[in-house]
Amino acid sequence: MLPAPPIESLTAAAAEGATLGNSAYAFLLAVPLLPLVGWLLQVFFGRKLPRQGDWLPTSGMALSALIAVVMFIRVLFQWNPDFLMSSAEDGFAWRFFFSDGSIPAPIAQFTAGILYDNLSAFLLAMVALVSFLVHLFSVGYMQGDSRYNIFFSNLSLFTFAMLGLVLSDNMVFFFVFWEIMGLCSYLLIGHLAQDRKQPKMSAAWASLKAFMTTRIGDVCLFVGMAVFWAKFDTLSFHGLYTATADHVAANGWEGWMTFGAIMMFLGAVGKSAQFPLHVWLPDAMEGPTPVSAMIHAATMVAAGVYLTGRIYLLCSPEAQLVIACVGAFTAIFAATIGITGFDIKKVLAYSTISQLGYMIAAIGVGGVSAGLFHVITHAIFKACLFLGSGSVIHGCHHEQDMREMGGLRKKMPITYITMLVSTLAISGVPLFAGFYSKDAILAKALEKSMVTQEWIWAMPFYLLVVAAAVTAFYMFRLIFMTFHGEPRSDHAHHAHESPWTMTVPLMVLGFFAVFGGKFWITDPLHAVSGGRTPWFMALVHDPDLERWESSAIEQAHGYGGHGALLSHAADGHGSGEGHGAAAGHDEHHDVAHTAHVRAMITSIIVATLGILTACLFYLFGVFNPKKVAAALGGLYRLVFNKYFFDELYHATVIRGTVVFSGFLSWVDQNIVDGTVLLVGRTMKRLAGFSGAADKYVVDGAVNWVGESTQAAGQAVRRIQTGRIQQYAYFTFAGAVLLAAVVLLDLF
Amino acid sequence: MDSLPYLSLITFLPLLGMAVILALPKSQENAIRWTAALFSGLSLLFATVVYFGPFDATAGVQLVERFDWIPAFNIQYFMGVDGLSLPLVFLSALIHFIAVFASWNIKKSMKGYFALLLLLEVGVNGVFLALDFFLFYVFWEIMLLPMYFLIGIWGGPRREYAAIKFFLYTLAGSVLMLVALVAIYLKSGGIAGEPTFDLLTLKSMASTWVQDQSTFLGMKFTTWIFWFLFVGFAIKIPVFPFHTWLPDAHVEAPTPISVILAGILLKLGAYGMLRINFPLAPDAFADARYFLAVLGTVSIVYGAYVAMAQTDFKRVVAYSSVSHMGYFLLGAASLTFAGLNGATFQLFTHGTSSAMLFLIVGVVYDRAHHRDLNDFGGLAQRMPFFLGVATIGIFAGLGLPGMSGFISEAMTLLGAYEVYPVLVIISTLGILMTAAFLLYALQRVFLGSLPKKYENFTDMDRREAFCLVPFAALCILLGIVPTLVLDKMAHAIQLLSEELSAYTGG
Amino acid sequence: MPLEAYLAVAAVLFVIGLTMVASRRNLVYVLMGLELILNAANLNLVAFNRFHPESHVDGQMTALFVIILAAAEAAIALAIVLNAYSHFETIRPDDIDTMKD
Repeated sequence: MLPAPPIESLTAAAAEGATLGNSAYAFLLAVPLLPLVGWLLQVFFGRKLPRQGDWLPTSGMALSALIAVVMFIRVLFQWNPDFLMSSAEDGFAWRFFFSDGSIPAPIAQFTAGILYDNLSAFLLAMVALVSFLVHLFSVGYMQGDSRYNIFFSNLSLFTFAMLGLVLSDNMVFFFVFWEIMGLCSYLLIGHLAQDRKQPKMSAAWASLKAFMTTRIGDVCLFVGMAVFWAKFDTLSFHGLYTATADHVAANGWEGWMTFGAIMMFLGAVGKSAQFPLHVWLPDAMEGPTPVSAMIHAATMVAAGVYLTGRIYLLCSPEAQLVIACVGAFTAIFAATIGITGFDIKKVLAYSTISQLGYMIAAIGVGGVSAGLFHVITHAIFKACLFLGSGSVIHGCHHEQDMREMGGLRKKMPITYITMLVSTLAISGVPLFAGFYSKDAILAKALEKSMVTQEWIWAMPFYLLVVAAAVTAFYMFRLIFMTFHGEPRSDHAHHAHESPWTMTVPLMVLGFFAVFGGKFWITDPLHAVSGGRTPWFMALVHDPDLERWESSAIEQAHGYGGHGALLSHAADGHGSGEGHGAAAGHDEHHDVAHTAHVRAMITSIIVATLGILTACLFYLFGVFNPKKVAAALGGLYRLVFNKYFFDELYHATVIRGTVVFSGFLSWVDQNIVDGTVLLVGRTMKRLAGFSGAADKYVVDGAVNWVGESTQAAGQAVRRIQTGRIQQYAYFTFAGAVLLAAVVLLDLF
Repeated sequence: MDSLPYLSLITFLPLLGMAVILALPKSQENAIRWTAALFSGLSLLFATVVYFGPFDATAGVQLVERFDWIPAFNIQYFMGVDGLSLPLVFLSALIHFIAVFASWNIKKSMKGYFALLLLLEVGVNGVFLALDFFLFYVFWEIMLLPMYFLIGIWGGPRREYAAIKFFLYTLAGSVLMLVALVAIYLKSGGIAGEPTFDLLTLKSMASTWVQDQSTFLGMKFTTWIFWFLFVGFAIKIPVFPFHTWLPDAHVEAPTPISVILAGILLKLGAYGMLRINFPLAPDAFADARYFLAVLGTVSIVYGAYVAMAQTDFKRVVAYSSVSHMGYFLLGAASLTFAGLNGATFQLFTHGTSSAMLFLIVGVVYDRAHHRDLNDFGGLAQRMPFFLGVATIGIFAGLGLPGMSGFISEAMTLLGAYEVYPVLVIISTLGILMTAAFLLYALQRVFLGSLPKKYENFTDMDRREAFCLVPFAALCILLGIVPTLVLDKMAHAIQLLSEELSAYTGG
Repeated sequence: MPLEAYLAVAAVLFVIGLTMVASRRNLVYVLMGLELILNAANLNLVAFNRFHPESHVDGQMTALFVIILAAAEAAIALAIVLNAYSHFETIRPDDIDTMKD
């Protein structure tokens, strides 16, 4: 930890001691570090420890969860909507890239620190708690696994990353943890693929698919980061908020900001399995059930929503519209697929996608706190549902097909009751946790459409309403098929209730599925929450309401339609500058109240409709699902095959990549390397030519001299007969000749 | 000199080791191995000492050793180290040290092998430390020869082809460099009266000769030397389209040589660009920046896609090197502080991660005696420890956050985005593809059912673990505390980016 | 007697010697021919000496020198002939042609 440079005060309230004091940072740091230590120990010593060391990360996680919860309670008792702790501001920050701050480059000024506000407090506590429960649950569920110790180490690393992500005060660390989560998700989904006895290849493919699909989103997120970094030279959340506010105040929203925000949002699309990157999540159910429950229902997928909430202030109105539409579309899209599924975990997976769509859509329509509220409630009841399904699968000897179940309600009463409670919660039945959050989302969506008066902004609301009905239907279908009727297979006949390590987490989660919404426990604090709004909404405010009014709004109005949308969301109506802030607020509350009442009524009606339909189909048998499916024909097949998205991607993206890479490889071998070889061959040919020239011209001349000398010798050698007397003749003849030459002066 | 001549020690200790090895009888195999380990280890020790000891990150070139070598041509023995070269020298010493252990099982005329290995280290270390252009060139050529023999003698079935391809390709680069070297030498004589090879002096002269508007065949002096040097170094990096020697050389080279090749030899080209190519022709560099960035992007994406289509494990890794080295060019061309630092750091991180990947391939190859990815499967069941280390290696290779590769790639891309947003967005395709092909390779090797023929495989032995673990540790450590390296080079890079930015103008 | 008379005798001697060297089928006769040639030369030497008094006794001395040389030469040549005979079993020069290429 190195001293941080002073940065401007984040909010006035933060400076006024709405914190827990600096000692709190040590505890906060301990929350992610405990699982990290657990991971390290588990990696190095896990196999040698008794029980393969499962108690080690589990107990570490218990401690971590305890700290997180205690911290959360302390925050809760502050009950301050402006609660904010930023370690960078309090002088603790890590100069991550360069420790020498005197370098003027912005990256050298980058620091990483802890950001702890109401939102992170809730999320931290939730993640830590859910993670602990999953650890506990895994002790029972994973018993006998050949890589038991490795499973726990992966789980710990995952928890570390998720907790770190929640506490990050900047995009870089957020991204780092985000990706480590991706890694762990990869490892955990692929856990069974590395089984020593029966490696499950489908798990390997699922993990690869999950990693690659989310990585598409991650890369986009990175690009989004780069977009903002290039303009603002900062990546800390609050730095970005301030810079964006100033920029918007001065220039209004600009195209690149929309681009950047949408790119960042695509990261969330990947991680939270939104359309069109949703395909990995159902396959991710190849992982062990605790993993499906925790990572792919409660925590990791929620990170995408958390991200969207964190970057909400960077989103231009266009980006918000994209977010809202993607979310709402995903909600209805995935819900319809949920109707036709038979694999209990796959149905829950599509349900998760659908619910994540709700959260994303909520943030898109401006209901950041509503969306994140739904994260919390959903985490509780979906974890409960997944663990319940795990318990069912465990009880039915790893049977996952709901057609092979039935009548389990007697054999597994605890599982049944907790799952039923959660189903009531997810369906939005009043008084259960999900009702409040779902209601808040619908209200927000309706409010947005009422305020803007534009048809496109009304779309999210209607889509979400329909999705709510569908959700109630398929969830009760799941309950009826699994627990009611008669057992339809041997497995179901011999089912048994699970051990306590599995049922206790179920009961805890079931408890919160009932009480987590309105949070009756906070009644003593009604003085603050007023008892009107759910506890979460009272503490975590939608970020733009106060923040943007003062600076951005006036400017944005002048900028025309762009800014106007935001300002509508902010001060509640579209009549512009003429109204005073107070009047705006009143009117806003009126709209909000109207929207709230209407949304609540609508949501109760659709939930009832959905449940009743499910009863007609699966409980009373008034309609035969098979006949209905047959009557629907092509439509049914389309939905049953998940709209053929896997096939579509396989035919386009994957095929395309393979073909393209094959093509480039061909180019590399034949054109690029071919050119090199051609140059080589040309050189060789040139060398051959020059070699020939050397051989026949240069060397030829030399040889000719030699050869002609030899030929001359051959000619002359005839006179060398070996006869001395002949030689004497020649000598004499020569002498005569010479004498003649000399004497007769011939020359 | 008041302290040890560290740099000469780092450079020439392996040469001493080579002499000792040559003096040893051929039958003393263990003595030969341990001598090689000892001398490369000593080199590593001194590099470490310099790294953490006398080196001052805020000072410029330091630990200078300088005296006349060939006075007639004003050639000096001029060694020095700065933030640019220090991490690379350390990396070089480390990789050679590990390579000695990775070579433990070499049987064929091992005396010659280890002698050449040490000679190679002399050349590589020398290139990083030489500050006299002529000396640089001499070391550059010293390095070429052992590499040729190491591939050509100890390589795979097509070793001669690969060795000759490598040799001719790099020699072509050297020749271009030689031309530029002579041209610069003569040019400096025109400016200072006495010609010089001193790189620091030459760098300061760059501002003079960029003024020279006279052209030769239509191009300015600086443009000529820039392109000559650039092609010379680009072949070494290698940048698309000069990369085709690399897969062949890698596939045929024995594992330790691949490790050295990918780990450190490729970095020489990049280092040469930062040390010589860009500073000596800054205006030509400024003109060519966009083109270089495009080349970098093409390398990233192209390398990744081609790697995807390979079935030979080593070719996959070789093409991933092409892809990863593209980041260097993209980051360097951006000329932002973040981009340049990221690019330089990428050299280091890729050195560790690619070395690891090649060692991983080597471990598999030593057991299976082939590298066909489609013929593997299920090795996880027999080699769980190796799987763990290989997973680290592969995730380090694909730049997972928390590991060093991410830091360098992130800095490169963040820095480059300010200048070339479109190119950065295109290059992210490379990130995706890298993840895809590395994980796909991992899956094909380790997962699934185990074929009968691999039943008798054993997990990594201690020696193999000893080779892999330091790199794994470095990858993770530098991913968490990148300041360990970034702090060392920050000031040198800062200086470089200021010098070069002066020419980019409006 | 005029000088020409001496020279004519010497020339006759020389021709006879040369003919013997060139045409006799016996190496001993060839040697004898050689002696005749040498003596022809000696005759010329002394004759010129006689007609050129300013040359003192140079010619005679040279003639004496030649005589001694001829003696030595005869001894060596006869030894060669003997050896040639023992080696080739003939002293016909036509048959001894191993120097032919």
